[in-house]
Amino acid sequence: MDFYFGLAQIIGVHALLGLSAYVVLLTGQVSLAQAAFFAIGAYVAGMLTVLTGWHVVPAVFAGAVIGAVVACAVGFPALRVKGLMLVIATLAFGEGVRLFFFNFDYQVSKGEVKLGPVGGEGFRQIRFFPENGWSTFEVMLFVWVFVILVMALLWWFDRSRYGSVLRAVGEDEIAAQAVGINLTAVKVSAMTVGGAIAGIGGGLYAHYTTHIEHASFNILVATFAIAYPILGGLASVFGTLIAVVFVQGVLVEGLRFMGDWRNLLFGALIILAMNVRPRGMLDERVLAWLKSLFHRKGSSGA
Amino acid sequence: MLELRGLSKHFGGVRALDGLDLDVREGEIFGLIGPNGSGKSTTVNLITGMYPSTAGTIRFGGLDIDPLQTHKRLQAGIARTFQNIRLFGQLTVWQNLWVAQNSPADRARSGFLARWIGGRAGVRAEITQLLEFSGLAHRADELAANLAFGEQRRLELARALAAKPKLILLDEPAAGMNAEEIADLDERIRQVRARGVTVLLIEHHMELVMAVTDRIAVLNFGQKIAEGTPAEVQNDDAVKKAYLGGGE
Repeated sequence: MDFYFGLAQIIGVHALLGLSAYVVLLTGQVSLAQAAFFAIGAYVAGMLTVLTGWHVVPAVFAGAVIGAVVACAVGFPALRVKGLMLVIATLAFGEGVRLFFFNFDYQVSKGEVKLGPVGGEGFRQIRFFPENGWSTFEVMLFVWVFVILVMALLWWFDRSRYGSVLRAVGEDEIAAQAVGINLTAVKVSAMTVGGAIAGIGGGLYAHYTTHIEHASFNILVATFAIAYPILGGLASVFGTLIAVVFVQGVLVEGLRFMGDWRNLLFGALIILAMNVRPRGMLDERVLAWLKSLFHRKGSSGA
Repeated sequence: MLELRGLSKHFGGVRALDGLDLDVREGEIFGLIGPNGSGKSTTVNLITGMYPSTAGTIRFGGLDIDPLQTHKRLQAGIARTFQNIRLFGQLTVWQNLWVAQNSPADRARSGFLARWIGGRAGVRAEITQLLEFSGLAHRADELAANLAFGEQRRLELARALAAKPKLILLDEPAAGMNAEEIADLDERIRQVRARGVTVLLIEHHMELVMAVTDRIAVLNFGQKIAEGTPAEVQNDDAVKKAYLGGGE
């Protein structure tokens, strides 16, 4: 059973990673920097619990705040460039952050052991959960509290005027400017919110794996982050979740029996999914259909 | 209300607009006409700040708006529509109007508390009124991309009005319309003015321009070649030459 709880943890954290890219993608920006904010959240939260003895909850929030601050700072210069240029700029930033952690040494002696990040070897012994006797099931619940909280907030946000403003910018920047929308403010805010969500995901990730290193935040992770919302569709936050379940649950774990063939099939299935559902697995049409189903049930019940 | 002085825009060696002086008075419907490539759309893009000007000044309501970005000019009271309609296709009709409420009054209202206290009713009433004005009340929840062409044009006009502008720039609103739709547009432009909005109409369709405008300026090769009432402009020799005598 622990295997499935562990899988649910992975799905939860990847959902946060995907949602962080979802917010940015709504404004039409493709950011490969989400893995970097994820890394910052992971290191900040990990160092706070291990080195200063914070509880994991404030540590995760601190990771989110630092992730947001860095994302905001990156947002201003990065969002002056568009399209492919932005992809390259955020990719460069992501690699920069990864290399920073590759060289980041900060160890503190605790009794006879030294704790903290050790450059390329990574940051071991982030043992808040085992030390406090949390079971895998409890950790999973903890992760999902954050996932549900973030999804609920984004769901509400999507339905507010701000959600429409983000989508308006994503659709047509020139028209958005012409109706009085401040492009820079909108894009930087989206980036900041994305940084916070990735930061939360990173903090949780650091604690359930107990060991992080620079390679956990490489370009592949950044690619996954934007692949989830694109694969799932931008019509709703649930698209991203469905894509994460599909990729992590079905493709990565479900195809494990295929051995080396898995990676090949993995790519092929993603291409197939994109061809069959070009606007994402959960697009506007499916959403409208689900809504009509719900309404019919509601009216017959009344 | 709107004063352009020596306004110029050069794209490399091309003088798309070359020293344009123009005064649009409050409450009038002002026509800007000219052959293709004469600088009409460039003028709109300069007034709304979508291009930086090469030279010259733009004053609006006595305020120098040259340093303002596009969204700030909208908040100052200048709205526009586009020659090739630019709606937010994947947003609903309602949402298209909602996101466009960016006047200073709207911004004050969209504060967190204000929105809960009574802003919502105001927003709803204004959007409903705009939907009725544009005959789209029954289409409020439709995606803008699914509207018919004429409906899209009407929605775009309503979206420009959603920010409660003082001046609206209509960039070829009659393009692609049939006679019936143009008659409807004529009526709509007058209604816009009746709401207290000054109109700068950029148009190719002469009948519409002659019928609806108070004054007209004619551009050719980026320069103003005539200005006056529709009757004066129609009898102007330079204008006849530009349109008939191989001006292009």
